[in-house]
Amino acid sequence: MKVHEYQAKAVMSQFGIPVPKGKVASTPAESRAVAEEIGGRVMVKAQVYAGGRGRAGGIKVADTPEEAGEIASRLLGTRLVTHQTGAEGVPISRVLVEEASEVHRELYISVLVDSTTRLPLMMASEAGGMEIEEVTQAAPEKIFKVSIDPAVGFQPFQGRKLAYGMNLTAKQVTEGTKLMTGLYQLFMTKDCCLAEINPLAVTADGRLLALDAKLNFDDNALFRHKDIQELHDEEQEEPLEVQARQWGINNYVKMDGNIGCMVNGAGLAMAVNDLIQYCGGSAANFLDIGTLNTTDRVVNAFRMFVADSGVKVVLVNIFGGMARVDVIAKGIVEAYQQMDIPFPVVVRLAGTNVDEGKRILSESGINFIEAEDFYDGAHKAVQAAKGQIK
Amino acid sequence: MSILVDKGTRLLVQGITGGEGSFHTQRCIEYGTKVVAGVTPGKGGNQILGVPVYNNVERAVAETEANASIIFVPPAFAADAIMEATDAGIPLIVCITEGIPVMDMVKVHSYLKGKSTRLIGPNCPGVISPGKCKVGIMVGEIHLPGNVGVVSRSGTLTYDVVAQLTSLGIGQSTCVGIGGDALPGSTFVDVLKLFNVDNDTKVVVIVGEIGGTFEQEAAEFIKGEMTKPVVAFVAGSTAPSGKRMGHAGAIITGIAGRASEKIKALSAVGAMIAPNPAEIGLTTKRVLDGIST
Repeated sequence: MKVHEYQAKAVMSQFGIPVPKGKVASTPAESRAVAEEIGGRVMVKAQVYAGGRGRAGGIKVADTPEEAGEIASRLLGTRLVTHQTGAEGVPISRVLVEEASEVHRELYISVLVDSTTRLPLMMASEAGGMEIEEVTQAAPEKIFKVSIDPAVGFQPFQGRKLAYGMNLTAKQVTEGTKLMTGLYQLFMTKDCCLAEINPLAVTADGRLLALDAKLNFDDNALFRHKDIQELHDEEQEEPLEVQARQWGINNYVKMDGNIGCMVNGAGLAMAVNDLIQYCGGSAANFLDIGTLNTTDRVVNAFRMFVADSGVKVVLVNIFGGMARVDVIAKGIVEAYQQMDIPFPVVVRLAGTNVDEGKRILSESGINFIEAEDFYDGAHKAVQAAKGQIK
Repeated sequence: MSILVDKGTRLLVQGITGGEGSFHTQRCIEYGTKVVAGVTPGKGGNQILGVPVYNNVERAVAETEANASIIFVPPAFAADAIMEATDAGIPLIVCITEGIPVMDMVKVHSYLKGKSTRLIGPNCPGVISPGKCKVGIMVGEIHLPGNVGVVSRSGTLTYDVVAQLTSLGIGQSTCVGIGGDALPGSTFVDVLKLFNVDNDTKVVVIVGEIGGTFEQEAAEFIKGEMTKPVVAFVAGSTAPSGKRMGHAGAIITGIAGRASEKIKALSAVGAMIAPNPAEIGLTTKRVLDGIST
């Protein structure tokens, strides 16, 4: 789960990490008032779940409170398009107004779990302010890493290693180690997937300051962090994805194509989308229907397809294991009974109770296109999308 | 032969009294797996499906000589269940549970270090050696005993791959689902090492997906040590960056996580790449035909 920058900074602040003085605002008047309170030059930063805000015009400097108000009025209520968003962008409902700092150097620090060592890994670099992958490509010698043993925690020598790696001064090394210890503790305490400060500024007067802050939390651990759960901003997500969750479909991702897909299992669902592309078409979504004992979720999946104006054909591909094919078939029949299905539906069924599932579909009298196997399903869906079969 | 599970497997089920636990215990027994014990704290002394239930794993092992465990415990308690089975000295643990917090798995891996227990999963369909033993939730009937080893991060995609193989008359030595999480107990490399020395395995099929670098690590191993041909498919060529595609580990967070990078790495070390997921069986057949001629 993602959170906004202002929320990430508030959490970091609780762990002793220095952040610029600032406040979030949702109107131009509020923005102006915050700028007045801070005094002097301020930054006005669009709060959205996407990187690349600066280049996209979502981060501006204001010399006066009036200017801060004007910038906020231009940003608020619009949508920001960055290289990480789609063409439709993400809505700006809040801006963070914070003191502008005089930056001497821009550094990078992050913590994540390394899947190779299966340990938390802290990375630091003096090449901050750009994406770390670019640094990895261009100047790997500038990235310093330490693996942290969760039984003993982050050690001072590790902090010194990273701090000297970033060419900090003696005084900053102490400060930096303290900051890194706090970041590690935050990462562990709050079950993060990623805790990143980029850039971490060395100010003109030699202090360390988290200019930007990014925290991603482990969805599987949210049950033990009610405070973090509450930070979630649904407005930043694709509306159809929010809708899917409300209908009990947790594994749905909106995509650009016109073939709506309903599949059981994440790997198979990805493979179905790949196969559709191989056959010359493109999927409107990724949808793992999961394991079900009732038909509700199948009916709701069809509600999703009807709600998505991009869907021209639906492909159902089920290999029953835990999920029973007959339950899926019943759900498809119920969907036809409950709503007007305005597109062709291609169905491929295999696995547990497949004969019963096929019987239910054929006896229902509904109009669907039967597919023999995995390939046939994708192939027919692509043909149907091109209007070659109905 | 086969790897991990066979006729000598004596299975213990953690969470045997739960809905999923009892359902799949029944299916494993029907397949021919020797289920010798179940564990549910507080339900010790009972029997379910003719299997004695114990309060803890240590006692169950002492009385039944169980040598493998399958876990159906809810996500918040699953890490504890894995460590309990490890502490009891069980050599093979298969964890089915989906949704275990990453940090819990960091602790589990730290606990496993230096111990001889092997963990498969979590968030996986389990392990089956067709005709011998099933320790998992996969559909037993689609499998056929034979000489192809299958190792996969996915559940249902593996069913499809197995069904493709079986329909071509190609049997499997063992099928291992390593799971869709970011921190699996065993990786492709761990399982490839076992297949590499298994006399009954002639070809190995790898079914990878986006996220992480397990496929690249597999490629390194194939290049240096693998003596058997490998067929590979990586799911998620069409997956967008930054979106979690169902599995916790299936998210592209960097260049290396893309399907194209993984395919490139596997192809470079001589793995036969299936052109699409519906032709994994056919690609395997071509490799097998190549060996026999």
